[in-house]
Amino acid sequence: MHELSITQSVVDTVCERMPDATVRRIRLDIGRLSGVVADSVRFCFDLVAEGTVLDGAVLEIVESPGRARCRACDAEFEVNDLLALCGCGAQELELLAGQELMIKEVEVAA
Amino acid sequence: MCATCGCSDAGGVTVTDAAGSAHQHVHGHGHDHGHDHAAHEHADDGHDSRTVTLEQAVLARNDELAERNRRWFADNGVLALNLMSSPGAGKTTLLERTVAELGIELGIGVIEGDQETLLDGERIRATGAPVVQINTGAGCHLDASMLADGLRTLDPATGSMVLVENVGNLVCPALFDLGEDSKVVIASVTEGAEKPLKYPHMFRVAQLVLLNKIDLLPHLDFDVERFLDGARRANPRIEVLEVSATRGDGIDRWYEWLRGRHAQLQ
Ligand SMILES: Nc1nc2c(ncn2[C@@H]2O[C@H](COP(=O)(O)OP(=O)(O)OP(=O)(O)O)[C@@H](O)[C@H]2O)c(=O)[nH]1
Ligand SMILES: [Mg+2]
Ligand SMILES: [Zn+2]
Repeated sequence: MHELSITQSVVDTVCERMPDATVRRIRLDIGRLSGVVADSVRFCFDLVAEGTVLDGAVLEIVESPGRARCRACDAEFEVNDLLALCGCGAQELELLAGQELMIKEVEVAA
Repeated sequence: MCATCGCSDAGGVTVTDAAGSAHQHVHGHGHDHGHDHAAHEHADDGHDSRTVTLEQAVLARNDELAERNRRWFADNGVLALNLMSSPGAGKTTLLERTVAELGIELGIGVIEGDQETLLDGERIRATGAPVVQINTGAGCHLDASMLADGLRTLDPATGSMVLVENVGNLVCPALFDLGEDSKVVIASVTEGAEKPLKYPHMFRVAQLVLLNKIDLLPHLDFDVERFLDGARRANPRIEVLEVSATRGDGIDRWYEWLRGRHAQLQ
């Protein structure tokens, strides 16, 4: 389950950047086309965060929608599945959004 | 436990050289505790907390190490390929045959990734090719830092080729760039024709698919056309070669592909 290593990377990154903080809340952006299941990250977050600066922090996940542009007709539209086709029937889409895997912000005790 | 930041070491990663003797334990994920990123802080009025904007890619660390591997490959004219498949699709069998028939010509070394055991590494070693086994422990994929450790042990020569067998898994390895030149997916006809539609991420990131075990086609009702359609649906630019790693069908086209990639790099 790569969500465990993803969650581990999140915790490592925050530990590295803010080694002395007490984090109360963390916000992630996990795009719907990123290949990472938000619920699985939620599932392992508390365990991975235990004993770190993120211990007890509230996890917020924004699941941003996917957007694509058709390489055949240039149409732009929302996609939430990698196998989506354009309305014109073309398969080849350029993904514009939805693959994000970002740590957006943390709220830390002052 | 990492002493500096207190984060737990998910690793338990082990690298074993071809002699099967030297075990080197490496930290599961590379750490340097630099704090060189600018963080933007906002005071939340009336609260005893503040919000810090980080805007950092979760896989930034892996991507950075992958870039470092990629530069090393480029500087040394080494071609690296990342072979991925579900468990048992035939990665090691294909590698055994490939190093036996092409290993000397192209200077092939192998990095084997498995959660446990030295078995696949030993199968490659039996062919006489240089090999390093990485055991990921709980990890379900190789990452760029593990590959860097493996490369230090394998120490490939200038102009050679490194074939990496990733951990058998069609999901997780798709997300972790190793710094390889190309990703190759091995799918086998015993897995069913709808694999590309079920695992589009993996097929999307690959340049080449080897459809393996075609010697078994007469015994199965596997619809090759449906498989090809699915693969193109997930990735319109993908190339597919049909092979049998055990009997050798189609294997020359795989060798041509390897020679082509290798020649492009020299
Ligand atoms: N009939 C047939 N069997 C094959 C072929 N290639 C591999 N096999 C068999 O499939 C089984 C698994 O092969 P491996 O090469 O160990 O597969 P793998 O992908 O390395 O497996 P893991 O490392 O466990 O993920 C073995 O019994 C092989 O003999 C093929 O082309 N045809
Ligand atoms: Mg194997
Ligand atoms: Zn279109």
